[in-house]
Amino acid sequence: MTSDISYKVIVGLEIHVQLCTQTKMFCGCALQFGAQPNSRVCPVCLGMPGVLPVMNKHAYEYSVLVGLALNCKVAGFTKWDRKSYYYPDLPKNYQISQYDLPLSENGFIEIPLESGETKRIRITRAHLEEDAGKNLHTAGNFSQVDLNRTGTPLLEIVTEPDMSSGAEVKALAVELQRMVRYLGVSEADMQKGHMRFEPNINLVITKGGKEHKTAIVEVKNLNSFRALERSVDYEVQRQLDEFIDSGKVMEMGNKSTRGWDDDKQMTVLQRVKEEAHDYRYFPDPDLLPVELDDAWLEQIKSQLCELPIKKQIRYVSEYKLSDYDAGVLTADRSTAEFFEEAVKAGGDPKRVCNLITQVGLKLANEAGCGIAELSLTAENMSELAKMIDDGQVSASAGNTILEQMTKTDKAAQVIAEELNLIQKSDAGELEGIVEKVLAENPKAVEDVKSGGKKSKKAQGFLLGQVIQKTKGQANPKVVSEILSKKLS
Amino acid sequence: MPNDLLNMDCKQLREQIAAGKVKSVEATQAVFKSIEKNDSKIGAYISTFKEQALAKAKEIDDKIAAGESVGFLAGVPVAVKDNMCTTFGATTCASKILENFHAPYNATVVEKLLAADAVIIGKTNMDEFAMGSSTENSGLKKTVNPWDASRVPGGSSGGSTAAVAGRLCFAALGSDTGGSIRQPASFCGVVGLKPTYGRVSRYGLVAFGSSLDQIGPVTHTVTDAALMMNVIAGHDVADSTSVDEQNAPVCDYLENIDKPIEKLKIAVVPEFNAGADEPVQKALSDAIEVYKKLGAEIVEVHMPHWDYAIAAYYMIATAEASSNLARYDGVHYGHRTDNPGDYVEVYTKSRAEGFGKEVKRRIMLGTYALSSGYYDAYYLKSLKVRNLIRGDFTSAFEKCDCVITPVAPTTAFKAGEKTDDPLKMYLSDIYTISANLAGIPGISVPCGFDENNLPIGLQILAPAFAEDKLLRIARMFEKQTDWHTNRATID
Ligand SMILES: [Zn+2]
Repeated sequence: MTSDISYKVIVGLEIHVQLCTQTKMFCGCALQFGAQPNSRVCPVCLGMPGVLPVMNKHAYEYSVLVGLALNCKVAGFTKWDRKSYYYPDLPKNYQISQYDLPLSENGFIEIPLESGETKRIRITRAHLEEDAGKNLHTAGNFSQVDLNRTGTPLLEIVTEPDMSSGAEVKALAVELQRMVRYLGVSEADMQKGHMRFEPNINLVITKGGKEHKTAIVEVKNLNSFRALERSVDYEVQRQLDEFIDSGKVMEMGNKSTRGWDDDKQMTVLQRVKEEAHDYRYFPDPDLLPVELDDAWLEQIKSQLCELPIKKQIRYVSEYKLSDYDAGVLTADRSTAEFFEEAVKAGGDPKRVCNLITQVGLKLANEAGCGIAELSLTAENMSELAKMIDDGQVSASAGNTILEQMTKTDKAAQVIAEELNLIQKSDAGELEGIVEKVLAENPKAVEDVKSGGKKSKKAQGFLLGQVIQKTKGQANPKVVSEILSKKLS
Repeated sequence: MPNDLLNMDCKQLREQIAAGKVKSVEATQAVFKSIEKNDSKIGAYISTFKEQALAKAKEIDDKIAAGESVGFLAGVPVAVKDNMCTTFGATTCASKILENFHAPYNATVVEKLLAADAVIIGKTNMDEFAMGSSTENSGLKKTVNPWDASRVPGGSSGGSTAAVAGRLCFAALGSDTGGSIRQPASFCGVVGLKPTYGRVSRYGLVAFGSSLDQIGPVTHTVTDAALMMNVIAGHDVADSTSVDEQNAPVCDYLENIDKPIEKLKIAVVPEFNAGADEPVQKALSDAIEVYKKLGAEIVEVHMPHWDYAIAAYYMIATAEASSNLARYDGVHYGHRTDNPGDYVEVYTKSRAEGFGKEVKRRIMLGTYALSSGYYDAYYLKSLKVRNLIRGDFTSAFEKCDCVITPVAPTTAFKAGEKTDDPLKMYLSDIYTISANLAGIPGISVPCGFDENNLPIGLQILAPAFAEDKLLRIARMFEKQTDWHTNRATID
């Protein structure tokens, strides 16, 4: 039955990103997560009679910055519109948003695929609006409203339906999170609701040479990347099963909304048919249109940085790092910048990368901070990398030194000397020890000289003996060279 | 009147108080005596603050006695329309839905009055949410015209104009969305100024039509209007639509108030004035004669799009109102229905119970105008008309310093005369609405009486931010006439 069926997955995303400005979008209230309910409010965000909104310029600049990072066309002229609907968490019963003139549109984002390649997902638009409050249904027969979140600047990003799997949706989400954090415009913590993703999913099924489209499902309540990915995969299977079972396909407007149940790992039907909403958009007469002139745009552009995906690709091509390592280093901006500074100071990229990924990030994690906030300078880091590469200290001693560096403020060289970790590389001194070892182990010498199977093992044994005699301070590379010379 | 004090205008009282010749407490007591005697008949006030006002007056008197510096309006008893938020008393907008609403903040104009050491004595009645032309739409009380208690005071700022005309305060603030200061000023024989949109902060003015609303003074004289403007005009960071003073500087409106405008060119719109009642037309031509005698040149201009002003206005104002009034839902503040069945009923019943008929009518009109499928035909088209009307004024002002028209086609009409016919009521704003659509300033100055001894107002319209010039032109007329010295008598 299913053998003649093939299908294509079509997913688009609607994303809401809370911007981390000091104050709200249209009033002076502080933005603070987890404060006492209704303690971060004023007449303006409470929608009291007579109040007027005043635009937060920083929020606008943050949004333009994201628009630029998303390769969008940024509008020189925009305005604010009122979107009307009645809901208790919306005190004015209209939301100030942008309707027909979004501040940016027609862009794209590159997302990394598991294959190591990237895929381009088109961005329809990104516009700024104010967030609503929260309705709390915890108190018996009535509901409560917390308006602390009301008026938080919210960037709405809409993608084209260019994704075709849960993995791609997740990749976009992770990439966007990394991007807005790089730009410093959002904390982008999904658990805290800083980023909210609503995928729109449907399938194009080919059966018996005929194409059928399943109805579009929008999924809500997704508060982790995992939930986002799984909900898409779940929907794909569910829609396919439903089609096979019932043959149900898309009809005019039969879009539905489903909520993700994280305990049951499934989507649950919330609303069958999207109500025909008439939001009665019209330009907000309380706010002036925004004109973004060249000078202002240039000033915003100067705050742009190299985006994480570009960095990641560059690290692979320029520094010959693995895609995985490049991904770890570019996961956050301060780590990437620390890495680049250390490389600029002369450290070998691969060596610096290893020090950061194998030890540095672990130490930072334990200290609960970023690597740049440990008492480590990029110069010290590059010095340590050079010492390892020059054979002054072994790689494992390097790790020990790095750990000490974060605790003591001392330079790598000083720590290495204090801890006796400097390797002996003086050929003359080491030759004496080698001769002594050779004299003490005639059997092993014989094995080496005889060649064959045992030769390699015996040479390793002799090397080990020399290292042991120097209490681990002999440079293995130098010792190997002397051994080879003596035994050839 | 027995009390000479109440016959003073603001400027005189202010000077007397500052000189220590009259105590603010005396003036305030005189006002409250007048209120106690007459406001049961006039009905100008929704609330008064006797104790607070007398305490403030005493404080001012003490400061003056001690030689301390005091504010520009020190000790002068003034009233504000009840759609401006105050932390004291209620801010009702004359609506049942806000009957018990106590604002947590002061409107910017209220802050400015307080900073100028004015004594705020009460809040005046109005048409509910400023929607109306007779104050008969008040959900809370009735106000009558002090010149004839069987007639309306005009509206929506009828409480403020009746309070000034009835000598229940020395000056008042009103708000004007389509004529709501000028028309009742005309009906009550007082001066009413609607400043340029953006000249006075709207922060704390409960919104009706946000792109049209503007606060302005209601006074006995043009000079007093200038004096009040010195207190309330200016940019406000809390109001994005208030105009940057670098683009349009605020001036000292009193400084040159008595200096006539030289080579004054006044425009009239002949085809338009023909629609007014005969006594109104007569008063207008008399006024023109006064200006002619002062050496003014009279020119004719045409306003080809004025015929569409009322239609465009009622689309724009109601559309904005439908959105502005959405917040009165019984959820956060204001009237909430008893025992709603569910949250939707909190909305529907609270609003059904709290709003009056005219407010509901306008919310429905505005909601319709903004609905998808109708937006282009109604709202968008109205915005285009608005631009054309702006253009009419721009070309008119190329030929003149100001345009003069009647304020309203009639004098004060009888209570109940137009309440059943909203369209007829809407027409009483026909001369005033264009100034709101164009955003320009306009003033109503007393210019005569009809056969029933009812006051008639002269409207002068000037280019945006030319309040200085507008006031001086009005003052030229006032100096030559004594219409403004007539006082209503209440028995
Ligand atoms: Zn606030």
